[in-house]
Amino acid sequence: MSSVKRAGPFRLILTLAVAGFVSGLVLVTVYVRTAPLILENQKAALEAAIFKVVPGSTTRKAFEVKDNKLVPFEGDGLPMEDAVFAAYDDNGVLLGYGIPSEGPGFQDTISLIYGYNPETRTIIGMEVLESKETPGLGDKIIKDQDFVDNFKALAIEPEVVSVKTGTREAANEVDSISGATISSKAVVKIINAGNEKFLPLIAAAHESEEQP
Amino acid sequence: MDAQDKLYTETMKGFWRENPVFVQLLGLCPALAVTNSAINGLAMGGATAFVLLGSSILVSLFRNLIPKQVRITSFIIIIATFVTVADLSLQALLPAVHKELGAFIALIVVNCLILGRQEAFASRNRFPYAVGDAVGMAVGFTFALVLVGGIREVLGNGSLFGFSLFGESFEPWVIMILPPGGFLTLGVLLIIFAQVKKSRDKRSALEAGKEAA
Repeated sequence: MSSVKRAGPFRLILTLAVAGFVSGLVLVTVYVRTAPLILENQKAALEAAIFKVVPGSTTRKAFEVKDNKLVPFEGDGLPMEDAVFAAYDDNGVLLGYGIPSEGPGFQDTISLIYGYNPETRTIIGMEVLESKETPGLGDKIIKDQDFVDNFKALAIEPEVVSVKTGTREAANEVDSISGATISSKAVVKIINAGNEKFLPLIAAAHESEEQP
Repeated sequence: MDAQDKLYTETMKGFWRENPVFVQLLGLCPALAVTNSAINGLAMGGATAFVLLGSSILVSLFRNLIPKQVRITSFIIIIATFVTVADLSLQALLPAVHKELGAFIALIVVNCLILGRQEAFASRNRFPYAVGDAVGMAVGFTFALVLVGGIREVLGNGSLFGFSLFGESFEPWVIMILPPGGFLTLGVLLIIFAQVKKSRDKRSALEAGKEAA
């Protein structure tokens, strides 16, 4: 602020150009440095979640959707979209599938992964990967253990439904969280959408495996 | 006033006498939005402190090089760069914190506290004073956020910094962690601060009167 005289247009343009250039350089450097770490964090979170939603599993294999069929994923790391994960125990016995799915919640997209056992046709676990639900209320879909426990043995037929808190009776019903009905319903909806999309593919893959 | 004294006053003023939230009423958006728990307030305060300190240093160092007409644009470029750096680093290094604060990190760019300090102070003062001012304001802002967040967490969830205080029998006052709770808490705190200031002004006026007599 020392100069009282007005700077000419060239000075102004030069100042902003230099500021923009330096800022761009800094941002590119930071982005290049952090991008692999960020991706790694997301993958680590997904990987940990797979083993959590399929209890007892220790190894996993990724399958991606190609031409309406599940094919083994070839490439480094984990596929982040349109994929399911077969989870096995130490002896290589298939325990179930981790199925990622996402959809609109109360505030923003909720993305979650749930475990599915094709033999008993039940859901065996659920973990929210990303959500911006209301802290203290909607985020109970992550923090409320009673709600999360709903998904430990949940029948999927005819479809998963959410019922009022404490009125769960049938095997396909989920107790909603009182005060967070919309978030609870959203989770159920997302799971049904995942079922609709992936279960036929998983069933088809199983048939072709058993009858070579 | 010698240099040491000035540095001390410029640093200390942000904490209490000119507290950014309670006295200047700046940065109210994050003060209301992310303060539903003490730990969120602390994390938001930390991120804001990083941006404020970095921007104040740069603005103060380059204050004679930036022409007056484009100063606001230049400040915003500097602030936005620091915010993006903070956003990406948090995502890479502390994903849990980033998950909690989410969109509010990016919104630090438009926190009027930060731009306000650049325009009102850093662009007119030498480097050490600018640092002192930024540190004081950042500490004051963080203090305010933790205070609001702490009150809301205790009343709305019965816990502080995640530790449960009252046990199972406590019926949480849920509205306190919802947006209205932010307005209620901040409003009550502002009344208290205004009262304190009023009585202090009265007292100093009385003393001045005595001396004059």
